Amino acid sequence: MPEPKGWKELPIGGIIDSPGSARDLETGAWRARRPIVDKDKCTSCLQCWMFCPDMAVVVQADKMRGFDLYHCKGCGICAKICPADAIAMVAEAEAGTEGEGG
Amino acid sequence: MVTQTETPTRLTLRELAKKPDRLTSGHRMCPGCAAPLVVKQVLMAIDEPVVVVCATGCLEVATTIFPQTAWNVPFIHNAFENAAATASGVEAAYRSLVRQGKIEDDNTRIVVFGGDGSSYDIGLQSLSGAMERGHRLLYVCYDNNAYMNTGIQRSSATPVGANTTTSPVGKVQAGKKGARKDLTAIMAAHGIPYVAQASPHNWRDLMQKVRKATAIDGPSFINVLASCNRGWRHDPADTIEIQRLGVDSCLWPLYEVEDGVYRVTYRPKVKVPVSDYLASQGRFGHLLQPANQYIIEALQADVDRRWERLLRMAGEV
Repeated sequence: MPEPKGWKELPIGGIIDSPGSARDLETGAWRARRPIVDKDKCTSCLQCWMFCPDMAVVVQADKMRGFDLYHCKGCGICAKICPADAIAMVAEAEAGTEGEGG
Repeated sequence: MVTQTETPTRLTLRELAKKPDRLTSGHRMCPGCAAPLVVKQVLMAIDEPVVVVCATGCLEVATTIFPQTAWNVPFIHNAFENAAATASGVEAAYRSLVRQGKIEDDNTRIVVFGGDGSSYDIGLQSLSGAMERGHRLLYVCYDNNAYMNTGIQRSSATPVGANTTTSPVGKVQAGKKGARKDLTAIMAAHGIPYVAQASPHNWRDLMQKVRKATAIDGPSFINVLASCNRGWRHDPADTIEIQRLGVDSCLWPLYEVEDGVYRVTYRPKVKVPVSDYLASQGRFGHLLQPANQYIIEALQADVDRRWERLLRMAGEV
């Protein structure tokens, strides 16, 4: 979150002048279950990317690279729709550092 | 007149994944919500610049919590009832500024998002007016079947028998009384160039419809089924599967009306019973009891009748 501003510094009309600034918010803190991808099974079909409501599936150079755990809310849609059954949902308390850092 | 980008992005996942997010991470929609999926797919289908106009609802309040916004495109906040009216003004101002030579015409598309509360109920008159006046804009209704943002109150989009906080299940009634309103048909009755019904589980169908709609120099309307797992009472992970059941049961047929011509864009290979869709959600749990079987039978008959009528209108029977 940015530093709170005084009322004199706020833009007139409550205009928000920084598009996409919600990215600063760590919605990943909501997560109870963490998606873990088995990269040996993953075919990078990108279905998980299309159906992620939080834009938290990382795709680089046509490949599925893992999850943006700062934003992933752990809904589990990706694990459910994965045609290769390559994504498992693991309780956050038991996940340790697995899947972190892409 | 139809205008289109010369080489639109191909509708493949690899090509689409290269596009920047127009709605970004960090929005506060619930885990597993279908509404951000609808927005993601609609805006991804459009290659041109967009201006988004959004009615009050979950989507509006959860994406624009001050001082942050999840929108990566110009966005205008509205009240519940006036999103289509604001969009009309935006469109008129855009045309005027282009005509005066003050801005360049960069094919900016104006897209309105409203839930069923703002589209079926509170904003219906402004929506109807904008369509009738013929403004060039795309109105997308994400229909989650109730007022979810304020606590699951029934709307005129709520299906018969659904348990909501203002149509509760008890001794007097088994959920909402009466059928839902057919807003897609009401929009088609306006005689506008393009009306369609879609679901985000079938993303290519949805995106093709958005492409058609935004290429038309006139008003267009797309009604999109959007699961709310809090209100529908299902596991957030099941969102896509439940949307698929809604379409495969023909309760939410995928079709389009282009210049008055009906076309069914997806025909399920196996038409699943409506009870499969109902059984997937806690809001319909009470309907599975034997005493309420008659409600399911009546709903199935209604779905069958509407599906047959749609096929007839599309010339498929």
